[in-house]
Amino acid sequence: MSKIKVETSINGETVEFLCEPQQTLLEVLREDLSRLGTKEGCGTGDCGACSVLLNDRLVCSCLVLAVESEGAEVTTIEGIAGENGLHPIQQKFLEHAALQCGICTPGLIVATKSLLDRNPNPDEKTIRYWLAGNLCRCTGYDKIVRAVQAAAEELAHPA
Amino acid sequence: MAEAHDYKTIGTRPIRPDGVDKVTGRALYGADLNLPSMIYGKVLRSPHAHARIKSIDLSKALAMEGVYAAVSGADFPEAKHGEIGGEGGGDVADLAKNVMARDKVLYHGHAVAAVAAKSLSVADAALEAIEVEYEVLTPVLDLLEAMKEDAPLLDDHCFTKNLPETPDKPSNIAAVMQLARGDVDEGFAQADVIVEGEYNIPMAHQGYIEPHACTATVNEGGQATIWCSTQGHFEFRSMTAKMLNMEISDLKFIASEIGGGFGGKTVVYLEPLAVLLARKSRRPVKMMMTREEVFRATGPTSGTHCRIKVGAKRDGTITSATAWLAYEAGAFAGAPMGPGAMSIFAPYDLENFKIEAFDVLLNKPKVAAYRAPGAPQSMHAMEVALDDLALELGMDPIDLRMKNAAGEGTQAPYGPKFPQIGFKECLEAAKAHPNYTKPLPEGAGRGVAAGFWFNVGMQSSAEVHVNEDGTVTVIEGNPDIGGSRASMCMMASETLGVPYEKIRALVGDTESTGFSNVTGGSRTTFATGMAVVQACEDIITQCKARAAATWGMDADQVDWKDGQAVPAPGVNADVTPLSLADIAAKAGRTGGPLLGRASLNAQGAGASFSVNICDLQVDPETGKVDVLGFTAIQDAGKAIHPSYVEGQMQGGAAQGIGWALNEEYIFDENGVMENAGFLDYRIPVASDLPMIDCHIVEVPNPSHPFGVRGVGETPIVAPLAATANAFRAATGVRVNDLPLSPPRVLSALD
Repeated sequence: MSKIKVETSINGETVEFLCEPQQTLLEVLREDLSRLGTKEGCGTGDCGACSVLLNDRLVCSCLVLAVESEGAEVTTIEGIAGENGLHPIQQKFLEHAALQCGICTPGLIVATKSLLDRNPNPDEKTIRYWLAGNLCRCTGYDKIVRAVQAAAEELAHPA
Repeated sequence: MAEAHDYKTIGTRPIRPDGVDKVTGRALYGADLNLPSMIYGKVLRSPHAHARIKSIDLSKALAMEGVYAAVSGADFPEAKHGEIGGEGGGDVADLAKNVMARDKVLYHGHAVAAVAAKSLSVADAALEAIEVEYEVLTPVLDLLEAMKEDAPLLDDHCFTKNLPETPDKPSNIAAVMQLARGDVDEGFAQADVIVEGEYNIPMAHQGYIEPHACTATVNEGGQATIWCSTQGHFEFRSMTAKMLNMEISDLKFIASEIGGGFGGKTVVYLEPLAVLLARKSRRPVKMMMTREEVFRATGPTSGTHCRIKVGAKRDGTITSATAWLAYEAGAFAGAPMGPGAMSIFAPYDLENFKIEAFDVLLNKPKVAAYRAPGAPQSMHAMEVALDDLALELGMDPIDLRMKNAAGEGTQAPYGPKFPQIGFKECLEAAKAHPNYTKPLPEGAGRGVAAGFWFNVGMQSSAEVHVNEDGTVTVIEGNPDIGGSRASMCMMASETLGVPYEKIRALVGDTESTGFSNVTGGSRTTFATGMAVVQACEDIITQCKARAAATWGMDADQVDWKDGQAVPAPGVNADVTPLSLADIAAKAGRTGGPLLGRASLNAQGAGASFSVNICDLQVDPETGKVDVLGFTAIQDAGKAIHPSYVEGQMQGGAAQGIGWALNEEYIFDENGVMENAGFLDYRIPVASDLPMIDCHIVEVPNPSHPFGVRGVGETPIVAPLAATANAFRAATGVRVNDLPLSPPRVLSALD
């Protein structure tokens, strides 16, 4: 099977790769580019563990073909922390014990960033519906919702 | 009640030591090890629920470009019988045949062959090229039908165990169990009120978000290294060794970070296959299940049929109770009927009871442990029956439970007398909780139920290394599934008197630390925590000896206080206290590095009881149930890190609510699961749930240095009945079967 050359930007860095036409962005990120922070929980777009931003839009990378990332800007969990350390969302997830096993955490943090970029002051119901595409089996979501609320507060009024 | 302790670290809420890696995507899970020259393994699965394998032809797959190896049941050594202990245990031959079918396939999705190829797409194509000839047999899919004498058999050599006489005919009933006390007929004769019910609960899956995955390599000397997601890498090692007829010392298992397990990652599925494929291909082989494979071919928990009868006097005193409990084992024996039977009446002090339980084979996936295995199903029956009883008696449901509650000295239905337990304290906390009496919205209902789990001890090992600068490394052997590194560091900090931030915990592989049983049975903080505390005490003993040598004293003239060696009370010496860092800095001159260690088989695990309060509302148009509020009250003994104890309570509540309202395996008439994905097997999402209020009760476990009981499993037990009882309160209609999904709700309200 002949491979297709794709040029994309991952977390601000230009990346070129060859892929098969049926390969998903998730598979290429993980198996070919070793960007392993993005997780696979279902491969069918139901769990959100593979959430990334594609041109600032929240997507399940298991539902995006790798070739569709040609010329796009992809942000993964590895691109959330900055030179000054953890992003406030990451810090609040830690402080609020909003993770147990941690497998859903990269997707939830990417989804939370996407929410807070659009709506800096979401109410509880908005948070719960925005994150309804990100399954967590450990926490019951209570501490995740509280971490998102705390992150919104921190971003609005940095300590 | 609890003796007051002035702890420095225990009971606080520090950030977990593995946290930064988990919020930045650096933490590596089962599917996250990529090695040079690595290829991909995939499994061919049975399209039939019950069939004889007549032939398997791998040749066309092996001839394909990019295919490096293919295996089937014929590549395994003969499956020898023998028990493996622990939560994921059972008969090795059964476990081996579950990993790869031999003469028969016993459920839709049962593994029949596997390939390793250069890419996932080539591996998929190779699976299609494998030719398998089946003789299709009638599948056994209904629990009560399977128990009948004339039912088609899964295993002609299965003779019911634990009967008074060995049966002369095989059966799908693999084993039975009975527990009894007193005279149940006499007890019912004394009763003023008797309630009865039959309760069906279908199979449900643990639903961990990370599918099973591993990477295996085998060198030319036959030594294998396996990286995998597991609740217990030592037990994975023993299972793999037995299945492949290998020496344990030729297998090294490295536990990756684990993306949830809930009991489901206590047994091997892929690992022995990956070793065989890696050996044949002489390359590293990575295997990853799809979500569909996880649903079809890994252990859910049993579907059950329970019958219960409870009699009581007017004042609420239970005079007699009987239970009949049938558990689906799936394709091989090993349903959790034992713990189900032992837990059903555990919260109550009963004079007369009789419990019969059945472990039943049928053509569904082999069940695995799922959080308090067996208890949610059986206790749902009892806790719903008690709700009916409270209604009949006109009693408050918490008062009814308090009237019969087990306490210290009560003889548990399964034998021993309870030491100090916290069930009454949980009931008192529930009765006093503002959520129990706050007004409900119009049309909503409130339900309560109790939960229980035994908890276990078992074997653990720990080492404590003091580094040259006085910082500390704790090494233990239990995969950290929900914050256990934090609790290990906290217990070490408290014991040593060293700040939490100076301590790191790591989970060693099977070659770098001592044997530990699985992270399961709610045992890790209790048993492995005890090993860590003992290893720290070993360090303290060594530090006191070294300080004594430095000061020219005897070791018993030195005390350890606030992280420093000091002269014992009454010892008159003009010396400067020596901190752990001081002693570590000079360790080379006082006897060498400081290494503490402990290994134990922990005794005295403390049972943990709970009470849950559920508020919900039902939409009569759609049959959808909305949980408005949920309150979890549980005895933790002592909460080392309260946030992670609450996390267990909240997560267990969410799983229990999901089981009560939506989750079920739906099979067609051929035994094919029709909802093998997260879209149709619907676990709770964030918008389905309210905040889950937690109240931690602390009645210390006298067997643990800090009073710890296990907390991980009890939380899933009470939500099923609490939800069902709230549904009855909201609608006035009693529905005994779960889940209370819209179709069932609509037909019940019709």
